[in-house]
Order: sequence, then structure tokens, then C-alpha cells
Amino acid sequence: MILNLKNTFAQIGDVTLFAKRFFKEVFIPPYEAKEFLKQCYIIGYKSLPLVAITGFIMGLVLTLQSRPTLVKFGAESWLPGMVALSLIREIAPVITALICAGKISSGIGAELGSMKVTEQIDAMEVSAINPYNYLVVTRILACTLMVPLLVFFADAVGILGGYVGINIHGDVNFYRFLTQIIQSLGFLDLFPATIKTFFFGFFIGMIGCYKGFNAANGTESVGKAANSAVVTASLTIFIIDMVAVQITDLFF
Amino acid sequence: MIKEKEHTEPKSEDTNQGPIIEIIDLHKTFGEDNTILKGVNLTVNKGEDLVILGRSGSGKSVTIKCIVGLIEPDQGEIKVFGENILNLSKEELNEMRVKIGFLFQSGALYDSMSVRENLSFTLRAHKRDLSEEEVESEVIEALESVGLGDAIDKMPSELSGGMRKRIGLARTLILKPEIILYDEPTTGLDTITSREISELILDIKNKQKTASIIITHDMACAKMTADRIMVLKDGVIHAEGTYEELEKDEDEWVRSFFE
Repeated sequence: MILNLKNTFAQIGDVTLFAKRFFKEVFIPPYEAKEFLKQCYIIGYKSLPLVAITGFIMGLVLTLQSRPTLVKFGAESWLPGMVALSLIREIAPVITALICAGKISSGIGAELGSMKVTEQIDAMEVSAINPYNYLVVTRILACTLMVPLLVFFADAVGILGGYVGINIHGDVNFYRFLTQIIQSLGFLDLFPATIKTFFFGFFIGMIGCYKGFNAANGTESVGKAANSAVVTASLTIFIIDMVAVQITDLFF
Repeated sequence: MIKEKEHTEPKSEDTNQGPIIEIIDLHKTFGEDNTILKGVNLTVNKGEDLVILGRSGSGKSVTIKCIVGLIEPDQGEIKVFGENILNLSKEELNEMRVKIGFLFQSGALYDSMSVRENLSFTLRAHKRDLSEEEVESEVIEALESVGLGDAIDKMPSELSGGMRKRIGLARTLILKPEIILYDEPTTGLDTITSREISELILDIKNKQKTASIIITHDMACAKMTADRIMVLKDGVIHAEGTYEELEKDEDEWVRSFFE
């Protein structure tokens, strides 16, 4: 028990040092622009179909599930605003981040873990190439930038899903639907939700990289790194979300 | 018992210019009590091929990984070109690493890159001012030096074990190192491919005048390439000599490698 606690604290210390190294090395040349763009393509563009499907289903299901209750209170006209607010403030950021944790964090964990096991990271090191700069900095930066964009995309597709959901039981003009959404949204609905997605992206990338970069020797550790990356990143997303909501509540 | 033997004169002509690598009293323990190296002393002269033999887990790979700074020893000195690498800053160590090539047991090619990218990535990292044409020309030259000019567009997953090692060697050669460390270069290969790799090691040494440390269990490779052989046992150099000398060594354990 005490040993487990000690290991947990030691690991938190390791992760902190790993993150500290990122903030140091991100400003040190060489800047690996090509690899960064490649990672943006893999993390962002290649995740679009998955985010689109889940975003659409989120919007559709949320609308269909909320409608009967609102109808009971004669508040059916609030449906577009309510769906948009729920999606933008909470559901799209968290669900998209969880999907990214599953797809991206595990992918990075497995990729870097496999590179570690097959001595590719050592090969960079002995060729006097900084593997942290090339592999870690680029991936964390790409995640930090791409996850918020994916969340915006999920917001848009989710709202589209909501529009389809509303039109299953009624006939609402798209222009009117959008107007209702815009009227119900304020700056404070968008700003904190957007800020937290940068943190989601940063931690998804950082945890994937940390787990992969520190994988033990042996092929078994590759699977462990990927699995551990998903679990830790998912848990971290919920913790960040809780903290973000508390902070938003406190200041706004 | 550690046998003290006088250093034998190596075969090659360029080997009388003093040690290019000098390891003094190297110790390394993993964990609390897993002591691997208990005071390794060795020297490699310019243009010399030194083969290190020993049983699995005897610390051969640990020794050469200490030379390139992949593993930090607990005690001892590692002098490369007269400088103790343990006292170098990160930048100085990286400058030193450019002069030391390292061939990993598996080749350690970057899986996500083609053969061309594997080589050009390494080259560009150090020579950012080279034009596309110059990079391409150096990549082709390095690949042709290992006889695999036509594999330039292949991915590592399309290569055989022997080809991966050759490409790994080409990637090492592209930086024109003065020392090459080979970690079991023929392990896992058939007899014919092993002989081809051994010939390649010899060819590189003769053409590029590199000094090498070769870790191997393959006695045919050792016979072909070694100017001098050191046998590692229980964390120290147990015996040293030429292939012919050690083949007739009075120690049965040493002779067992050659049977």
C-alpha cells in the first residue's frame, strides 16, 4: 500500500519533469515543422470521420432524449438553444476529448513504446538527434492545437445532428434553428469551453508521449503503454473538466 | 581468474597511432545488486577492429552503449579521441556522437520512414544547409556502399533482416563516422548473409579507415573481422589476443568459444 503510494507520487514527479522538459524544449531549435504538420494531419484530419459520426449522434440523441421533457413543460421551442448549449459547454468537448484519448493517446503511446522497444529512440539519440524534440514536442503541440479544432467540428456536426433530431418530429426551418441557437449563446458559453479543450489536447498528447517514451523493454510493454495512456488520459480529462467547471463557476 | 595479457599487435597498418577509445575501470550495476561490469579496461587503436566475445548478459552491449552515452556507468573513465565522454556537456556529447556510428542488433530503422527518409533524416539533422540534390546524392552513395542502392524507396517492413542491418549501416555511414560500434551485426542471419555482413564490415574498415568494436557470438564473423579479440567474463576482460592466439588458449572456457 505504502509502496504503491510511493510509486504513484514518483510517477507524478516523473510526469511533471517530462512536462517541464516540454516547455523548455519547445522554444529550442531545431523546430521540426515538417513532423509537426504531419502529426497535425494524423491527429486532426484523420480523426475527422470518427469525430463527425460521434458528434452527429451526440446531437441527434440529445435532441431526441430531451424533447419529451421539454414538450411536457411546453418549452419545445427552447430545444435548439438547450442542445447547442449542452453540446458546446460540456458534451462535445468531453466526448471528443475521450475519443481522442482512445484514438490519439493510445496511438502515440503504442508508437513511441514500439520505437523504444525496437531501439529506434536510442538510434536517434546516438545519431545526435534529440528524440524528445522530434517525437514528443511535435506530438504534444499537434494535440494541443488539433483537439480544440476537432471540438469545434464536433460542435458544428452535433448541432447539425440536433437539427435532424428536431425535424424527425416537427418541421423547423434551418435558418430559424440557427437563429435560436445564436440568440441563446453568449461569450461565456464559448470561452471557458474552448480554453479547457487546449488543456485536454495538451494532456492527451503529453500522457501518450510519456507512457510511450518510458515504456519498459519487451513487446508486452507496448500494449501496456497504449492501455495505460488511454486510462490515464481519460481520467485526466474528467479531472480537468471538473477543475475547469469550478474555475468557470468561480469567475464567471 | 583474470588473465593479464600483453596487447597484441593488430593486423591492420593504421593501428599504431595510439588509442582512439580507452576505457578504464568501468563499473555498472543495474538495480540494487545486478552488477554487470566490474572494472572493464580496454583500448581500441585507430583503424583497428576489436571484437568482444562473451556469454549473453556478460555486459558486452552495456560496454558499447556506455561509449555513446546511452547508459551512464557508475564508475570509470571512457576516453574517446582523448576526451572523457562522462565529463562532456550534452552538446559536446552530441558532437562526439556524430563521430561514432552505432549499428543496433535489429538495425533500428525508423519504421514510419522509407529507406530514403531514414538516411536523409539523419543527414539533414546535422547538415541543414545541404540542397535536395546533395542529400539525394549522399543517400545514394551510402546505400550503394552497402550494396542496396535499389532499396531506396522501400519501407523497413519490406526489408529482410540482412537488408535492415545493411540499411542501418548505411544510415550510420552517411555521417562519415571515425568509429563504428556494431552490436551483434550477424545475429539472426543465415550463414551466407552473415558472411556478407562480415565482408561489408571489413570493406568499410579498409575503405573508410574506421576503428570498430564488434560485439558478436558469430565466430566466423570474429575470424574475418578481428584485429584483436577480448573475452568478457563476469564483468571483466578475461582474455585478450588475436583469433589464432585465443583459439589455442590454455583456458578451456576461452577455447570453448572457438570450438
